Amino acid sequence: MSQSDTSTLKTADGISLKLSLQRSLRRKKRNALLLVAPLFLFILITFIIPIAYMLVRSVDNQIFAEILPTTAPLLAKWDPLSGNTPDEEVFKAFITDGKVAAQAKTINRLGKRLNYEKSGISSLFRKTGRNLRKLEPEKLTTSYKEALIKIDKKWGQVDTWEILHRESGKYTKSYFLSAVDMKYDANGMQWKDDDSRIYLNLFKRTLWLSFLITFLTVLLGYPIAYLLATLKTSTSNLLIILVLLPFWTSLLVRTSSWIALLQKEGVINDFLFAIGLITDEGRLAMIHNQTGTVIAMTHILLPFMILPLFSVMKTINPSYVRAARSMGATSFTAFRRVYFPNTIAGIGAGGILVFILSIGYYITPALVGGTQGTLISNFIAYHISGSLNWGLAAALGTILLLLVVALYILYDKIVGIDNMKLG
Amino acid sequence: MKTFIQCSLATAILAASVSTAQAETEMVVVSWGGAYTKSQTKAYHEPYMKMNPDVKIVNDDSAAEGASKLRAQAEAGKISWDLVDVVPDDAVALCDEGLAIEIDHDKLLAPAPDGTLPSVDFGDALVSPCFIPQIVYSTTIGFRTDKVGSTPPTSINDVFDTKKYPGKRALQKNPVGNLEWALMADGVAGKDVYEVLGTDEGVKRAFKKLDTIKKDVVWWTKGAQPGQLLADGEVVMASAYNGRLFSAIVENKQPVGMMWDAQLFELDGWIIPKGAPHLEEVYKYLKFATDTQRLADQAKYISYGPARKSSAALVGKHAELGIDMAPHMPTNPVNAKNTLFKDINFWADRKEELAEKFEAWLAKS
Amino acid sequence: MALPLHATTGERVWHYTFLTICVLIFGFLIIPILVIIPLSFNAQPYFSFTPEMVAFDPAGYSTKWYESFFNDSNWQAAVRNSLVIALFSTIISTFLGTLAALGLSQKDFPFKTTIMGILISPMIVPLIISATGMFFFYAKINLLGTHIGVILAHAALATPFVVITVTATLTGFDHSLTRAAANLGSSPTNTFFRITVPLITPGVISGALFAFITSFDEVVVVLFIGSVNQRTIPWAMFSGIREEISPTILAVATLLITFSIILLFMVELLRRRNERLRGITPH
Repeated sequence: MSQSDTSTLKTADGISLKLSLQRSLRRKKRNALLLVAPLFLFILITFIIPIAYMLVRSVDNQIFAEILPTTAPLLAKWDPLSGNTPDEEVFKAFITDGKVAAQAKTINRLGKRLNYEKSGISSLFRKTGRNLRKLEPEKLTTSYKEALIKIDKKWGQVDTWEILHRESGKYTKSYFLSAVDMKYDANGMQWKDDDSRIYLNLFKRTLWLSFLITFLTVLLGYPIAYLLATLKTSTSNLLIILVLLPFWTSLLVRTSSWIALLQKEGVINDFLFAIGLITDEGRLAMIHNQTGTVIAMTHILLPFMILPLFSVMKTINPSYVRAARSMGATSFTAFRRVYFPNTIAGIGAGGILVFILSIGYYITPALVGGTQGTLISNFIAYHISGSLNWGLAAALGTILLLLVVALYILYDKIVGIDNMKLG
Repeated sequence: MKTFIQCSLATAILAASVSTAQAETEMVVVSWGGAYTKSQTKAYHEPYMKMNPDVKIVNDDSAAEGASKLRAQAEAGKISWDLVDVVPDDAVALCDEGLAIEIDHDKLLAPAPDGTLPSVDFGDALVSPCFIPQIVYSTTIGFRTDKVGSTPPTSINDVFDTKKYPGKRALQKNPVGNLEWALMADGVAGKDVYEVLGTDEGVKRAFKKLDTIKKDVVWWTKGAQPGQLLADGEVVMASAYNGRLFSAIVENKQPVGMMWDAQLFELDGWIIPKGAPHLEEVYKYLKFATDTQRLADQAKYISYGPARKSSAALVGKHAELGIDMAPHMPTNPVNAKNTLFKDINFWADRKEELAEKFEAWLAKS
Repeated sequence: MALPLHATTGERVWHYTFLTICVLIFGFLIIPILVIIPLSFNAQPYFSFTPEMVAFDPAGYSTKWYESFFNDSNWQAAVRNSLVIALFSTIISTFLGTLAALGLSQKDFPFKTTIMGILISPMIVPLIISATGMFFFYAKINLLGTHIGVILAHAALATPFVVITVTATLTGFDHSLTRAAANLGSSPTNTFFRITVPLITPGVISGALFAFITSFDEVVVVLFIGSVNQRTIPWAMFSGIREEISPTILAVATLLITFSIILLFMVELLRRRNERLRGITPH
């Protein structure tokens, strides 16, 4: 039907059909949006905003201006390269702000925050706060500067003020610097000393182990997916249960079973000892190290590789391979030249999925990883509940998130997120 | 229809959670769980609730994340805890941040039976104006009696001597304590440890000493693990809290022995969160729960020493086993010959930096 | 997969090698799960088979770990918490997810890919990051340590599974059916309940089961944003493994395996029924 035709057609109530169709389409679109809106809002509030908030926390440094409100702008004007301590007005502002903060008991919060920049500031602030509480600025006989230096001579050092100056803004880079093993010193940004570097190696280890696990899942998953895709439907329906059962079994269940299997006094070691392959002293250390993490995570993530691979292989027409065979290719050549290339998309899909899942894994490495098999997420958890350095936890989380988003975009390019399937 | 059901169910949950808190004061006390909470319940909570039937004490076992969760509660502006059991480091930090209430110990707490003021009776244990000490415990070394031959280890040097005592040792995955021990085993006197550790060379020296046993160490993170590792025979020696070793040796009759040399003294006690919902009740409770008799009573259930000097004489027999508890107290003079008191101020400043170095050291293979 | 009659010796050897490899991999997948079941009946507090167990001596077996599970008020509280949290988060996520899937399946939905991306992001973002973000934000809005907070968080994590399964049901959905109904004079509401609902029900139910298991099995987020009052089964297992490892955990694990087998069969039955209904041959 051409357009001119539709424009002349009228519906029963005399509106042109085209208009009526448009209206109904618009209504449908509006209804569709209305259906999606509640979930969209829900996800926005319960999920997206929290993540955005984490991003903010990774650079947030409002604490300085909150606790030392008049000092912050004055200090910002000071030039640390001048080689002199700040002017008297900065000292005055610091004492005034500091006294208020000391009475409100908030000054040590800033001390703890700045202790991340340099060890010792925490006790400097504690000592200063204690003295400021007693100090009466009106009755000072000396300058503010001298009064503060009298409390602790560190206040007469440019270094101390330089740190305060650097961290007086509303935002800070310092958490991100720490997260990539860097720090500030007199010459600007620097790598940390060798004996304090953690995170870059940890990111490297996380990526390497994730890659290894992904590779192992391909290696183990491919034959199974191939078998399932080429078997009779009734048989494969039965066998796929063996893949789905681990998929549906609790992560903690699977992790505890690996502990039972792998530990020194565990099933595998006991068995090897019983058949005389190892001595009692020679029991294998398969857990609380990288081996433990890799074995347990490969097992846990294997179904995530098999299922997408299987669904790709299902769509490959067996006549392709038969054609290649009939034209004289050996079964290996037929597989390599015809079948395998068709499954690369499935490997890509499953691979990225497994990779994304493993770089963010927390529970299994925490339980079976020991010191060498822990991943970046274990450190995020440590900074949340152990060291309480929440800014650093947020910065590490942000970097991890960026990695995942990059992989996610890649996944979308390869498979398309709307094609994601489950079980 | 579905929304209706949802709404009514949500209301039902809310109603259910509200209706439980009525008629009586419900005081939420946060502690470490397990045997420790049990000893507090027996020695403090139960007698107190008997005397005050309108008060109900609810245990919350999240002391391990106490500082983190308390900070989160403060950020939200709603404190739901009345009393939190913490180690002194956290007490100092929480006090510094204004998250715990400063108290006057002499005014709030009961004097000793002979009238000694609490500030004198607790003495050095009052590490922070927010901290109300309960017990002294120590981290010390336990070993498998069947795997050390006829010469059981007697000094901290033996932990670092892998020739004399081959096999794995379990240490806490934490720089605190290990660095001090490494220096002591390297010849630094107990009283100089923190001075040496305050210098860069001292830190290097400690790590160098730890290097010598690094490949033989299994790291533990939770208090129950060293006992388990010893029982399973995974290690020949393990650092552990003395109470855990007591239960392995005396209660569970494992082939485990312990040495008291270089035991690292630590305290444990209460803080009151700023904004605690039942402050008056908490004050009343604390006066009772930290008096001389109550602190001594706790030692009936767990082998930790009371933080009050006046309680020492009252320490009696184990409530179930009937054995004399005094010889198992870390504070007993026989046991406390060579001890190390953890320097809280040192660790308040250096914890982040040294924890980072420690993690970096661990990661290096 | 059957071996053709004209297969060469090499092909035969390879064929059987391949089958052996597959059997080994299946063993790797399934043995670690099955091995827990007998271990949970160990009379000794060990995580391995005792000589008595190997000799099938009844004295080597015991149900005491099950008794200690059923008699421990902490475990019972964990079961209750897990069920309450999973139930409510399933209701929320199934309701919101199904609505959204119905909307998204309309033709020419604007910015479909972007919106879909946002809606399923809770499934893609590593749990540790979600947990961190939620910890900070829920602390701010006072939801930390509440049932409501954990339920909302789990509902957010579970909706992608509902959206995906229901959308998958709707891709095979023949829209001419609703148009036909409309042509025959059925009201939109009537069409929805008489045509759409029966067709998507299997998808909705299996989405709900996915949502349920997501919440039931989730531990990272609840560890971060929950308090002791929200201690769930996986949380109790996690701290049990870290602190005092006892075979009670294996008993719980066995019960959970039974539970997941039941869920698995429900989902499989639904999936197959759904494929039959829509005339797609099952694979």
